[in-house]
Amino acid sequence: MSSNLTTTGSNTTVSSGGLPSRRNTELALLVFAVLIPVFAYANVGLAMDDRLPSGMLGYGFGLALLAGVGHLVVRRWAPYADPLLLPLATLLNGIGLVIIWRLDQSERLQTRAKLLFGAFSPDAPNQLMYSAIGLALFVAILVVLKDHRVLQRYTYISMAVGLVLLVLPVFFPARNGAKIWVSLGPLNLQPGEFVKILIAVFFAGYLMVKRDALALASRRFMGLYLPRGRDLGPILVVWALSLMILVFETDLGTSLLFFGLFVIMLYVATERTSWIVFGLLLSAGGAAAVATFEPHVQDRVQAWLHPFAKETMAQSDQIAQSLWAFGSGGVLGSGWGQGNSDLIGFAANSDFILATVGEELGLTGTMAILILYGLIVERGVRISLAARDPFGKLLAVGLSGAFGLQVFVVAGGVMGLIPLTGMTMPFLASGGSSVLANWALIGILIRISDTARRPAPAPAPSPDAEMTQVVRPS
Amino acid sequence: MSELTLTVMRLGFLAVLWLFVIVSIQVIRSDLFGTRVTQRTARRAQDQRPQQRPQQQRQQPAGGRRGRGGGRGAPTKLVVTEGSLTGTTVALQGQTITLGRAHDSTIVLDDDYASSRHARIYPDRDGQWIVEDLGSTNGTYLDRTRLTTPTPIPPGAPIRIGKTVIELRK
Repeated sequence: MSSNLTTTGSNTTVSSGGLPSRRNTELALLVFAVLIPVFAYANVGLAMDDRLPSGMLGYGFGLALLAGVGHLVVRRWAPYADPLLLPLATLLNGIGLVIIWRLDQSERLQTRAKLLFGAFSPDAPNQLMYSAIGLALFVAILVVLKDHRVLQRYTYISMAVGLVLLVLPVFFPARNGAKIWVSLGPLNLQPGEFVKILIAVFFAGYLMVKRDALALASRRFMGLYLPRGRDLGPILVVWALSLMILVFETDLGTSLLFFGLFVIMLYVATERTSWIVFGLLLSAGGAAAVATFEPHVQDRVQAWLHPFAKETMAQSDQIAQSLWAFGSGGVLGSGWGQGNSDLIGFAANSDFILATVGEELGLTGTMAILILYGLIVERGVRISLAARDPFGKLLAVGLSGAFGLQVFVVAGGVMGLIPLTGMTMPFLASGGSSVLANWALIGILIRISDTARRPAPAPAPSPDAEMTQVVRPS
Repeated sequence: MSELTLTVMRLGFLAVLWLFVIVSIQVIRSDLFGTRVTQRTARRAQDQRPQQRPQQQRQQPAGGRRGRGGGRGAPTKLVVTEGSLTGTTVALQGQTITLGRAHDSTIVLDDDYASSRHARIYPDRDGQWIVEDLGSTNGTYLDRTRLTTPTPIPPGAPIRIGKTVIELRK
């Protein structure tokens, strides 16, 4: 019975004997992933100006070049990596570029920018530049990081750096009601995007060491495993930290991501449902408590509960416009360049970019985009199953969990399912930090999957093989 | 641009987008549908269900992992009764147990008369535990007979490997 799944205690390992490297599959998918945005680009131009857009070749070549470089680097430095991650990320990044370019063409947004800032600057060239930097980061990670287990050495350093990055925005002025920005001259960074990777590294390293204590020392009570009081320490600390982020930076998104990631990884590391129950109770309690005294959070909740109310509209009609965009898109959408999602105005091409997908590609297109995100998360979880070391398993789950949480938080906010938070749709949305951090995240996942799927080195001929003594009948 | 062209392009784009999604899922279809192991455990669980369900529930309120290897009379642990590892027990949870001096064996035997990959013990389809000799130098003995083929293990029968004796117990 040579099964390809061995279960030993709490570790499930999917064996990877003799897997093909699948680089050609990846290349074919990449070509596909570059052609789709080019098609969309042509479509926007034809719909808005009746002609093929002049920059089409430039953007097409730019995206193809990025994809090509990414592919060659993976072929050279991570030959056994998962074949889907790079094409999925490329496609999402490409579609994002098209949407940002399409919103740059909108006269409404151009007039608005001129009124507010005196001049209009298109975001698409910036986004292409950031995508290139993001890909450079991706390449650097694959070339420099030969083995993801190296990250384990930086468990506590990454925690410290992560906390500093989280605290840093407090010292900079708030932008649009949330203190999540660090402004260095012309550069505006959102450190929260990078924190998710650092924190995932820290949690993975920490839980790998502590999971046995957290999983085994517990009492059963009403079908739940109750952890001991002192083991509750870490979760309470993380909870308090995430609440402090919420209070001092008024950033619901990072706070939710931070705490949610910890609960997910705690659950994966210990297999105890009780942690999820605790996590949900704590976060619900904490959020409710903060909402009673923090006006910014109250505003967000009011805007979520009553998007069309007079008071909400007076402050900002973004959510209302976003809901209208989804509604008027219907099932098949209005077609590229023919929607009115630019009415959202501020942040139409960053936080609210999904509304443009919803209006111009309709329910059908939105579902396809969400499935693309889902596939990235699925690949991450799969990589985690295939990884051979506990640190790699936890890190892969953590990174894909953070990615999935972020997609949920943003999509939920834009669609009115949960209160809006200041986060960006990974890869789609315009914003340097987000693109950079997410390419780095994909790079680490590809590194783990390469290590996991790489055929195990042939077992060294055992030195004691000959030493077996033969029983001689006496 | 005419309305018709734009409509065709709009639907065409959605079709192409979904085509990409479907092709991607095709690439990973073995992940989604190809796990043989799941089917096997499912079938075994079905076989057991009619007669053993109430029994199992009473014995193991935690449910799940244990007792996968057969019904009421099935052994639940492997005990080393002689040799340097005397007293070692390994829970039987439906996994294959390899014995030998190689470091990747489930039970690493510190025994000069054992081969690096000596024998393995595994459950067959019905949950019956089978012992198989893996071409060892000195052979594997079930009770007093040297094994030549994979043989079902009767409860309580000693399996001798070099100086080591193991038994399956409930």
